Amino acid sequence: MYNKICSQDVSYLKSIISPERVLCGSEIPEDYSHDELGGISSAPDVLIRVLSTEEISAVMKYSNENKIPVVVRGSGTGLVGASVAIQGGIMMETTAMNKILELDEENLTVTVQPGVLLMELAEYTQNHDFLYPPDPGEKSATIGGNISTNAGGMRAVKYGVTRDYVRGLTIVLPDGSIQKLGGKIVKNSTGYNLMQLIIGSEGTLGIITEAILKLLPLPKISESLLVPFDSFDKCIRAVPNIIRSKTSLTAIEFFERETILFAEEYLGKKFPDTKSPAYLLLTVDGNTMENVESEMTHVAKLCMDLGASDAYIVDTDERKESVWKARGAFLEAIKASTTEMDECDVVVPRNKIADFIEYTHKLAREHNIRIPSFGHAGDGNLHIYICRDNLSDSEWKKQLNIIFDKMYSHANTLSGMVSGEHGIGFAKKEYMLETLGEKQVSLMRGIKGVFDPNNILNPGKLF
Amino acid sequence: MKIIVCVKQVPASSNVDVDPVTGVLKRDGTNVKLNPYDLFALEMAFRLKEDMGGCITALSMGPSSALSSLLETVYMGADKGVLLSDRVFAGSDVQATSYALKCGVNKIGSYDLIICGKQTTDGDTAQVGPELAEQLGIEHASNVISVDSIDGEYITVTLNLDDVYQTQKMKLPCLLTIEKDACTPRLPSFRRKLAAPPDCIQVYTADQLEDIDRSKCGLKGSPTQVERIFPPDSDTKQIIFEGDAETLSKELYSILTSEKIV
Repeated sequence: MYNKICSQDVSYLKSIISPERVLCGSEIPEDYSHDELGGISSAPDVLIRVLSTEEISAVMKYSNENKIPVVVRGSGTGLVGASVAIQGGIMMETTAMNKILELDEENLTVTVQPGVLLMELAEYTQNHDFLYPPDPGEKSATIGGNISTNAGGMRAVKYGVTRDYVRGLTIVLPDGSIQKLGGKIVKNSTGYNLMQLIIGSEGTLGIITEAILKLLPLPKISESLLVPFDSFDKCIRAVPNIIRSKTSLTAIEFFERETILFAEEYLGKKFPDTKSPAYLLLTVDGNTMENVESEMTHVAKLCMDLGASDAYIVDTDERKESVWKARGAFLEAIKASTTEMDECDVVVPRNKIADFIEYTHKLAREHNIRIPSFGHAGDGNLHIYICRDNLSDSEWKKQLNIIFDKMYSHANTLSGMVSGEHGIGFAKKEYMLETLGEKQVSLMRGIKGVFDPNNILNPGKLF
Repeated sequence: MKIIVCVKQVPASSNVDVDPVTGVLKRDGTNVKLNPYDLFALEMAFRLKEDMGGCITALSMGPSSALSSLLETVYMGADKGVLLSDRVFAGSDVQATSYALKCGVNKIGSYDLIICGKQTTDGDTAQVGPELAEQLGIEHASNVISVDSIDGEYITVTLNLDDVYQTQKMKLPCLLTIEKDACTPRLPSFRRKLAAPPDCIQVYTADQLEDIDRSKCGLKGSPTQVERIFPPDSDTKQIIFEGDAETLSKELYSILTSEKIV
């Protein structure tokens, strides 16, 4: 179906792209054959470090004409194999397209290339008194990757997800044509919203080469509360009551002591409190100290009424770093605690979170396997990790399949979805089909066919 | 065990205006925080109290806005706070500050141990703790990373002197300054905030401190003349030296002399 890359193809690619940015075979570092979770592995035949929309367009035009599969990769921090070249072919890496092109203070937008890292964008916007609200834990991910998975993060409970902050995109279609979707406009009722279709499409419909992102004025004050509970049950069941209280929280994060201890080990730094089995981490932001303090007091009292043993104040830069740095390292910390792991990024209605986590605890007991979890309790999105530890390869695969089947099936009964923010990629295809059904997936296939009739762009992903 | 912890309210950011006449930092009471180094001193005190019982008093000199920092020490675990606040203290250098703190310590009365942060993030001198010990005529140890043992009479501590760790045994009462990251400071507790008695912080003016010599206070009592305060220029240029301390110091000295810095 696809043509295998030959020396003639490489020669052509080196004629349109500087040869030092075109790597072949053994010149390609091993890292490019997998993403951060590493369970899915396949090397591209050619790696191209692209620098411009025009370069991407030229590569796509050639690939389309010659039926060569293409996959785009940012920082490689994905967790479901979406940026793995499972069919070989060409991989285009966008990390060198990392310029912040324009800050438009009249339209409240920032225009960036896709390889800008989330942490770079956050620092840049904060230095200009703006907030780009999406705040996924993986700060070294690229914006292009964030848009491709519709990443959410820790502020989603108040501000929404990446999709809500994309105003316009420049994309290269599989045939090499360059299209501008959306723009610096606030409203748009002009036909089908193709830009929204690209967001979350995991690099299967087009390649993002520029993004116009919506900004908010930076709230002047942001403080957090670390709320310890003496039982998991009290902790997680407090969440719906906190949401019901109509307090405007920026983040409602849930984690257990075991995960904090992994982070301490991983970072080599102690967390300010590890006495309690379960914690919520809540954030309030605003423009006056009076408003923020009043909200903090209200929430702290509410939490203590709901069974919290205390509410610790996380107000200064040092305190925020000691708590949020650990929170940001949870995934890596759990990964470092085991021999291998796989993840479940399920999202359920917010009032079903307790049910779902209790179910994972039950599965862990039944299967005698470690299943640590943490997550965005405020928006129903959980990160659950199944740890291999000392299991043999065959036993691990067997157990993993059984546990995943049970988890996704249970999420389905709670009206949940397979992925809240990590995407489907290669790893979760069968579960998406089970959840959405053949009709919806065939509509997606149809859309894919319209954008990419030769199926050369990131083939084998999503369905 | 009676422990006094000296703390200071400092600007929360590095963008602070400087008085063009006196060269001292303009403190407006907003955007301030507890000196981050003091958090380690407080935590060390809380742990000693947990082991041995006793009472912790946080002591500070500063404007009335420093009250909020002392309240924060109570929310973290201090039993009470004492604020020395008077215009006569304004513009104090390390000598005048340590003199005022000495008067405050005398006002508090008996004590077994005084603990300070190693330095502050605004003054950065790391001299107030040792100078307070000198003014009080007690022994002190700086850069303490752990308290190894303590009884009613003696305390044994470990100091980080960069190249070596030194163990030091001192007779009580004495003074310690605590190294950064010697421990993980606890967070202020909302439960303690709600339970804090309204009179947990006492404020004293100079008149309320017995035998105070006003000529030793504030700008008047400060032999240090501040010529200019300015934020350092930001420069990302890096030179990495490798080798032992002697080689490194020689290389550094050669650069500093060639740049006419020394």
